[in-house]
Amino acid sequence: MTALRHRLADRGVDRNLLLLLPAAGFVVVLFVYPFLYGIGLSLRPPEGGPLGAYRRFLTDPYLRDTVTTTLGLSLPAALLNVLASVPIAYRMRGRYRGKRVLTTLLVLPITLGTVLTAQGLLNFLGPTGWFNRALLGAGLIDEPVRLTHNYWGVFLSLVITGFPFAFLLVSSYLSGIDPTLERAAATLGANARQRFRRITLPLLAPGLATTFCLSFVLAFSVFPSAVLVGDPAGETRVISIAAYEAAYVQYDYVLASALAVIMGVVELVVIGLVLGWRALLYTGSTIGKG
Amino acid sequence: MELRGRRIVASPAGWLIWGAVLFFFVMLAGVIASVVVSSFGTRWFDTWLPQGWTAGWYGRAWDDFTLGPVLVVTLEVAVLVVGLSLLIGVPAAYTLARRSFPGRRLLQLLFLLPILMPPITYGIPLATVLYKYGFAGHLSGVVLANLVPSVPFVILTMTPFIEQIDPQLERAARMCGATTRQIFLRVLAPLLVPGILAAAILVLVRTVGMFELTFLTAGPDSQTLVVALYYSMSSAGIRAQQSVDAMAVIYTSMMLVLLVVALRFVNPTQLVARVRDEDP
Repeated sequence: MTALRHRLADRGVDRNLLLLLPAAGFVVVLFVYPFLYGIGLSLRPPEGGPLGAYRRFLTDPYLRDTVTTTLGLSLPAALLNVLASVPIAYRMRGRYRGKRVLTTLLVLPITLGTVLTAQGLLNFLGPTGWFNRALLGAGLIDEPVRLTHNYWGVFLSLVITGFPFAFLLVSSYLSGIDPTLERAAATLGANARQRFRRITLPLLAPGLATTFCLSFVLAFSVFPSAVLVGDPAGETRVISIAAYEAAYVQYDYVLASALAVIMGVVELVVIGLVLGWRALLYTGSTIGKG
Repeated sequence: MELRGRRIVASPAGWLIWGAVLFFFVMLAGVIASVVVSSFGTRWFDTWLPQGWTAGWYGRAWDDFTLGPVLVVTLEVAVLVVGLSLLIGVPAAYTLARRSFPGRRLLQLLFLLPILMPPITYGIPLATVLYKYGFAGHLSGVVLANLVPSVPFVILTMTPFIEQIDPQLERAARMCGATTRQIFLRVLAPLLVPGILAAAILVLVRTVGMFELTFLTAGPDSQTLVVALYYSMSSAGIRAQQSVDAMAVIYTSMMLVLLVVALRFVNPTQLVARVRDEDP
């Protein structure tokens, strides 16, 4: 008994690991078990064999197309959020007066929540809103641009809520890169563009991949804004709307679980691709002197 | 050389970037201002500004949507989720950061998954399970569902803070005869206060703003403010638009206070990597 305990302790297993038990048990009971339960449920439809719900998904275009709709919204939105944050965060590095205020302003939209954003977009971009009014007044357009209750409304809402998040992550990755590396490159004669392309960008790339993944997760689960500023029955019928309707409107838990599983799989495939690409990049210390 | 990058007078690319930032701010200001103006206006159709001004919508929103109880529920859920997720998450973060043992990477992946999955994907099966055991529809179900992403989030935020503490401190305490529990309470906890505060505030902000999980598990008397707001807006037509606006303004001011408090304690740009100070 003592010998076994010693052998285990050599490999790092002892009583202190019990500290992990609550968290591990918690994740298993409230995350893993429900997920497996959902998968099990999705394989037991009343008719059509174990894969009936999935077959229904593949044959019904009203369900199948939700995947492309969701990806069509979330991929461009996440990409734009990450790509826009890089130059802005890069410009905002270093110390200067008013940095904290500027950061706070850029992060402000986190507080808005989807409903105020939706309400604001409807008021501001609507046919009689200030935006159209200003463009009409300036003579740039002849009739109001339609920006709400369609794809663009949801897209803008995803940018407003997602950008601050991407910006925060990118700037925290950027602040982890030692500025002396760039200074060293500068003394060797590299100009600003070369310093960014050859020094900063390669060190930042893994962080960008992570940021893209997290932004994508946020955008992929778009639900409230797709209902409120979008066109939930047509152009912006995303997969989470379909899953919600199946569970809470039609009470078809089998189909709802199948949709949740499909949603998870699609999302994990995208993340897997991005992280697989990330694994090819350099992910070591970003501090110069070591 | 150094100064040039910091001045606002910069290259064309610099102008383009500041232009984009400015455009973002103009859009943002428009979105926020249109809601605030509308919440104080009487009638607003096809004009630049409403015809008259009133603060009455706030009182009406308060009564219409029974905001008092909703705020109490929001507070209860937030406090319970923050407290429980810290209790469960901090010891786990400590063990994961300090020890190596078989299966450690698997556990880390397991703790990362709830953050990487969109809430709806696990929210629907979770709500089904919670309904099956009678938790959903009550406060307990809402709290349990919200803990699922919060515990891993605490672990993720706490890990860098724990890694910064010198392990020799614990060894020294142990040499002096302290038990694990004493080490936790007397040595680690005081050193971890900044990290715990940061994690607590971030979880608080996330929980107050979490829509999907609360929406899927809440019953009529366990709605938080976000969910009540969503219902008020999606059932529009019954209520005046302006009272929804007023409620959205109340929600945002609450979140704003939380965010300002959070920014006092947490430097948002240093969440991922803690960096030494830049040379002046």
